[in-house]
Amino acid sequence: MPVVAMTVNGKPASADVEARTLLVHYIREQLGLTGTHVGCDTSQCGACVVHVDGRAVKSCAILAVQAEGAEIVTVEGLAKNGELHPVQQAFREHHGLQCGFCTPGMIMTAVDLIRRKPNLDEKTVREELEGNICRCTGYHNIVKAILAASQEMR
Amino acid sequence: MYQFNYARPKTLAEAEALLAKADDPKLLAGGQTLIPTLKQRLAMPSDLIDIGGLKELDFIRAEGDAVMIGAGAKHATVAQSPDVKKHNPALAALAEGIGDPAVRHMGTIGGSIANNDPAADYPAACLALDAKIHTSKRLIEADQFFKGMFETALEDGEIVKEITFPHPEKAAYMKFPNPASRYAMVGVFVSKGPWGVRVAVTGAGQNGVFRVKEMEDALTKSWSPDAVAGVKVPAKGLNADLHGTAEYRAHLITVMAKRAVAAAG
Ligand SMILES: Cc1cc2nc3c(=O)[nH]c(=O)nc-3n(C[C@H](O)[C@H](O)[C@H](O)COP(=O)(O)OP(=O)(O)OC[C@H]3O[C@@H](n4cnc5c(N)ncnc54)[C@H](O)[C@@H]3O)c2cc1C
Ligand code: FES
Ligand code: FES
Repeated sequence: MPVVAMTVNGKPASADVEARTLLVHYIREQLGLTGTHVGCDTSQCGACVVHVDGRAVKSCAILAVQAEGAEIVTVEGLAKNGELHPVQQAFREHHGLQCGFCTPGMIMTAVDLIRRKPNLDEKTVREELEGNICRCTGYHNIVKAILAASQEMR
Repeated sequence: MYQFNYARPKTLAEAEALLAKADDPKLLAGGQTLIPTLKQRLAMPSDLIDIGGLKELDFIRAEGDAVMIGAGAKHATVAQSPDVKKHNPALAALAEGIGDPAVRHMGTIGGSIANNDPAADYPAACLALDAKIHTSKRLIEADQFFKGMFETALEDGEIVKEITFPHPEKAAYMKFPNPASRYAMVGVFVSKGPWGVRVAVTGAGQNGVFRVKEMEDALTKSWSPDAVAGVKVPAKGLNADLHGTAEYRAHLITVMAKRAVAAAG
């Protein structure tokens, strides 16, 4: 089995994985970081979004071996020194979650979005959430939270 | 997923050698099509040769009157490229409209055209912009490249290296996306350039992307939305599924063509 080494939330991680292991399964089952969810496993829902070398990707659509040498950030890696990330804080304040299942993916997508496009408007946020599905359909407050966070981080 | 061997070559030459050696290999680029295919066990390659990280394939250059895009360029990179935005804004906009941000961060232009999904966007751009497809073995004109649904002129062991897009004078792409999949129900790319006028349609044809000669002739006479408004593409041979009938798609082709010409100005 290939040995795969990467950095996850700032810490080195390395393990034997089968070539066919998806990154999301490696993160959840071998590293025990269960904040990253599997909603569909068919690339549609975005619950599994993590950052690979700073860009949001669907971790159910990439093999762990493809991430060899990469820097991975999961939702667990956002808070610093016990302080929530501004996007997490905004989701909390604006009630941007209901059951919370889609939330890790929404937040990771939002952090990437705000980095790429610091000056956001509502239309752009809705377009950029194309790949993230909320089955509780709480989009209104999710969009509000992302807009608030982007203001906060400016 | 079935078991497979995995290799990440460091150079194109190494990738070619690995392709030649393995039993039943498959190239892995962004994996946005291939990984889901493997999950569904619709393919069972013995070896995955991962060219996703090859620097040699990851470039965008403007030279003379064309933009050269490496097969490994990601959709997001094409969408943001200053060279593409400057010389071929229609192509940048097309890339920005593929799937969603996470898909655009992984998916590559080479993977998209090699896969030739009948509803994919890039094949329409290649055909409408008279693109040249450079492979590890030869140069293939876009007109000769797309052979049918998921079929291309690529041979076993042939790797797409670069796609050359000559600058258009006018161009625009209009896509009517399927609201669930984001793939094109119908997408129409219109262009005017050294090659004359071209109109390419994706999403609609049972054999994948195709050109509409009647629209090209009409636009050559007069470049205006009204010129294509009267051209109806026959529904015969178009896709029909739960998202829309062949007649509906035929109608959409005219509507999208009109909008594309209007957008191209
Ligand atoms: C949710 C979702 C939405 C999408 N929406 C759209 C959309 O709206 N429009 C659209 O056009 N596409 C869409 N796609 C597909 C996406 O664009 C893919 O990225 C693309 O089709 C394949 O590129 P890839 O780099 O991921 O290729 P891979 O999946 O890695 O490979 C695809 C195929 O191409 C072969 N291949 C890859 N690179 C080369 C090469 N250089 N030379 C020869 N063969 C090669 C592989 O062997 C494989 O057979 C979507 C995908 C998803 C998951
Ligand atoms: S679990 Fe990855 S997109 Fe749904
Ligand atoms: S909050 Fe329940 S899925 Fe989004």
